[in-house]
Amino acid sequence: MAAEVILPKVDMDMTTGTIAVWHVKDGDTVKKGQPLFDIETDKAAMEIESPADGVIRIGNAPVKAVVPIGTVVAMIYGAGEEPKAFSGAPAAVASPAADAAPAGPAALLPVVAPAVDATGKARATPLARRLARQQGISLAALAGTGPRGRIVAADLANARPAPAAASTTAGTAIASGMSTEAVKALYEAGSYSVTPLDGMRRTIAQRLVQSKQTVPHFYLTASCTLDELLAIRERLNAHAPKGEDKQPLWKLSVNDFIIKALALALQRVPAANVTFTDEGILQHRVSDVGVAVAIEGGLFTPVIRAAETKSLSRISIEMKELAAKARARQLKPADYQGGTSAVSNLGMFGVEQFNAIINPPHATILAVGAGVETFVPVNRQPVLKTQMKATLSCDHRAVDGAVGAQLLKAFRELVEEPALMMA
Amino acid sequence: MSDIRELSFSAAVQEALAQAMEADERVFLMGEDIGVYGGAFQVTGDLVHRFGEDRVRDTPIAELGGAGVAVGAAVAGARPVYEFQFSDFATLAMEQIVNQAAKMRFMLGGKVSVPVVFRMPCGSGTGAAAQHSQSLEAWFGHVPGLKVVEASTPEDAKGLLLAAIDDPDPVLVFEHKLLYKVKGHVPAGMYRTPIGKAVVRREGKHATVVAAAIMVHKALEAAEILAKEGIDIEVIDLRTIRPIDGPTIIESVKKTSRLACVYEGVKTLGIGAEISALVAESEAFDYLDAPILRLGGSESPIPYSPILEKAAVPQTDGIVESLRDLVKGRI
Amino acid sequence: MATKTTGKPAAGKNARPFYANHSAAQLKEALRRMYLIRRFEEMAEESYVRGLTHGTMHLSVGQEATAVGACMDLSNADYITSTHRGHGHCIGKGAEVKFMFAEFFGKEEGYCRGRGGSMHIADPATGNLGANGIVGGGLPLATGAALAIKQRKGKDVAICFFGDGAQNEGAFHEALNMAAVWKLPVVYVCENNQYGMSVSTARSTAVKDVATRAIAYNMPGVTVDGNSIADVNEAVSAAIERARNGEGPSLVECKTYRTKGHSRSDRNRYRSKEEIEEWKGKDPIPAFEKDLEAHGIASRSEIDAIREAVEKEVQDGFNFATSGTNPTPDSLLRGVTTTDDIAMGVEA
Repeated sequence: MAAEVILPKVDMDMTTGTIAVWHVKDGDTVKKGQPLFDIETDKAAMEIESPADGVIRIGNAPVKAVVPIGTVVAMIYGAGEEPKAFSGAPAAVASPAADAAPAGPAALLPVVAPAVDATGKARATPLARRLARQQGISLAALAGTGPRGRIVAADLANARPAPAAASTTAGTAIASGMSTEAVKALYEAGSYSVTPLDGMRRTIAQRLVQSKQTVPHFYLTASCTLDELLAIRERLNAHAPKGEDKQPLWKLSVNDFIIKALALALQRVPAANVTFTDEGILQHRVSDVGVAVAIEGGLFTPVIRAAETKSLSRISIEMKELAAKARARQLKPADYQGGTSAVSNLGMFGVEQFNAIINPPHATILAVGAGVETFVPVNRQPVLKTQMKATLSCDHRAVDGAVGAQLLKAFRELVEEPALMMA
Repeated sequence: MSDIRELSFSAAVQEALAQAMEADERVFLMGEDIGVYGGAFQVTGDLVHRFGEDRVRDTPIAELGGAGVAVGAAVAGARPVYEFQFSDFATLAMEQIVNQAAKMRFMLGGKVSVPVVFRMPCGSGTGAAAQHSQSLEAWFGHVPGLKVVEASTPEDAKGLLLAAIDDPDPVLVFEHKLLYKVKGHVPAGMYRTPIGKAVVRREGKHATVVAAAIMVHKALEAAEILAKEGIDIEVIDLRTIRPIDGPTIIESVKKTSRLACVYEGVKTLGIGAEISALVAESEAFDYLDAPILRLGGSESPIPYSPILEKAAVPQTDGIVESLRDLVKGRI
Repeated sequence: MATKTTGKPAAGKNARPFYANHSAAQLKEALRRMYLIRRFEEMAEESYVRGLTHGTMHLSVGQEATAVGACMDLSNADYITSTHRGHGHCIGKGAEVKFMFAEFFGKEEGYCRGRGGSMHIADPATGNLGANGIVGGGLPLATGAALAIKQRKGKDVAICFFGDGAQNEGAFHEALNMAAVWKLPVVYVCENNQYGMSVSTARSTAVKDVATRAIAYNMPGVTVDGNSIADVNEAVSAAIERARNGEGPSLVECKTYRTKGHSRSDRNRYRSKEEIEEWKGKDPIPAFEKDLEAHGIASRSEIDAIREAVEKEVQDGFNFATSGTNPTPDSLLRGVTTTDDIAMGVEA
């Protein structure tokens, strides 16, 4: 059996430690009791001895990074065992003291260690396993925030496409750079009030931290000309059928076109319609597009299922219903779970361009800005056009630059020539 | 007549004994120094003056014989309540409790019952050291045919003892010595606290603590401290060690997803081991979101030094720390 | 003496009390029970040897006079506690062999529904609180039964059978002391068959006669010939009378011998063939038959008729048992506690 080398608790009230120096190199043969590394604590440095004989494989364990106790920092393989490279990375919970060396690549390491141990099995609590089963989520795709990367129920809540009702596991720590005390100390007492974290806020915080720190994002921006779209939209809305109350049955928004365009683009570029898991890339058949809906105190991301198959009017009607449910906090898990990409539109606030954080298990998210009248060169002459900037965030584990670019190109074509959506 | 009045734990026990003897001529007490001396912990007090020496019967210092005579009397139709001066001395009477009382009904094909009650003053904290401070509930809880109860409040001390005296089977009633002076509401009537039923003393949502006797008080103290930190602990008072109330524990763990067992007996192979296994084997397993925690007595005899004695059993501070770690996901 | 004699005394006033105070029917019933014990045990042993029964057994062949003599004057309201060598006490107190066989065969019809077996045979309905697998286990129990009688101001007694092995257990000393202090209606009947498994009383016991230990507990103690039903009965009857009169406990030591081994696995390495043969010559059954004939209480043909009736009873009992009902595994928890029984919906 391979032996784990952990960052041990050496003080009673210690929760993190820092490796000061390694005394051995990756691949060295070590003896039980031999000093492996020095650990720095609040109080003193201490030499940590090898728990076993064998060949040591050290992960990319950063020296001088603050690591939670219990983190596996190396593996020791005994005779007859293949000394596989150790990929487990310790979780840096906070950057080292300000006077420490500038953060190198190590600072980009994820906060949360993958919950998969050396045997390839995910560490998870029984409750987390049960929830994962019920929700059809692969544990292998998750990162655990429990001791030694154990997946706990709260991590499952994070894995959902959108925040649900208040988590039952309040009290679970959210990774943050500074302690509450440290933050409060920076402000004069009485100069602020404290709003307790509710379940939605806590969930948003946990899952976006998780996403931003475990999903390698890159961003692609393109400008789309909207004039054709706006013209078609006007004509369609003018001809919308009326109900008994003489009111139009639907009114298409720009966003409805964007949803449909993204859904169709994902069909044209299937390589972008994916989810990353440790087991492999999930290739999705339909385009389930999440749409961020801001509500008081937070947001939800309900999903338009198989949006590529739906008419614009259908998308419009569904979107209105989902948004109303979201504001009433009446969304059901079926309304927000899953999804393959998402749209976040801040154009109505005059925002021209921004980068969005991917909502796992999505591989992309499209951040849409406002339509802005701009002179653009047409045949070397300035022509006034309505331009909209769209920025695609991609999970680089699953979607490479060229694939992301193809998706964005397809989206742009559909938006600029909306008749193609009917083709 | 007001039913709201406070009695000490020991007065509640005495009241149960007196009411049982008033109500049923078959009930009598046996034990060392329970007569004019009033019992080593003054639990029988002046009952000998009310009921006479035949019904509050001082025995020789002979626990095997005394316990065995109580068992024989029970089989022959009496309702004896035998007081061990310290439950530690039941080790001298193991033969009669474990081989005779526990098994007789079964061995005889269900044709007799053995309505004997053993009162078992137990626990540490009195400086009486290793042979007078043990918590041996789990030993007896391992024996089919015995029932084992242990109250944390004066109200249950009376109710459980009356239920034990009524019960057709041998019942060991553990009484933590440090609780004797604790006061609480005790109804005046002859009520019974059901054997085999735990009770939720405090509702909470972040973790379940299962405790018995004095540990219930410590767990409740810990819960109050943690409440100030926003940690909400559910505390279950076990009340019966055998037969253990599985459903109450399982329901609670399904709700809180975290379990800690707090008990004074030695941790290894103790009550907490049983509760942990019971939960792990149950439907509550799928609801666990953290490892199960056991806080039990140390792997040592109870020491004399007050510092060591305190260190040998769970204390409130340690319970607070452990529960905080449990709820914060640090174990 | 306070007897339960029914009918006309079997012998004249000059005869010894045993014959003068019992009717002919009582004495013939005593002989029948001695036969019954003997034949039951022989049949039980045969079943064991043939592999028909499960577990071992402890035979009291040669000790029948003690069991029957001590129990003759008891009613069902009087208690006995017995030992691991308890078949004789059980039959002496009035048990039926068919239910005992059924117990041996592990059947629901057995006295203990097959849960006890040979070592725990009991018939609470006849006041028999049970054989006991623990040497000395019954001593506090009989004492406790006597205390219960005293608490309810009853006139019943408890007879405590135990062996020479048990009188070196602490329970013996604790129980006898308490019974004497509290003047309990109990008679301690020691069946001294001279060996505690393989160790002789000479090697295990500081006193020559167990009865002398009564001195330490300030109670009468007598030693009698355990193979003479008359000697046993007269001594035990006197003790019972004391007990019923509130004069407290007594100790009666009956010197006897088991001609079979301790259990079926005994190889008799600790005693000689000569010794066993000598005691076989002191068999209590022919001696009692001879006395009955000599006193004109039973004729040879009457005695033969009793033997034949016993033979049939034993055979019928054996047949009853072999055709009995096996317990089902789902009844395993029956009788563990009353709570279990209530949960299973059975009545005790």
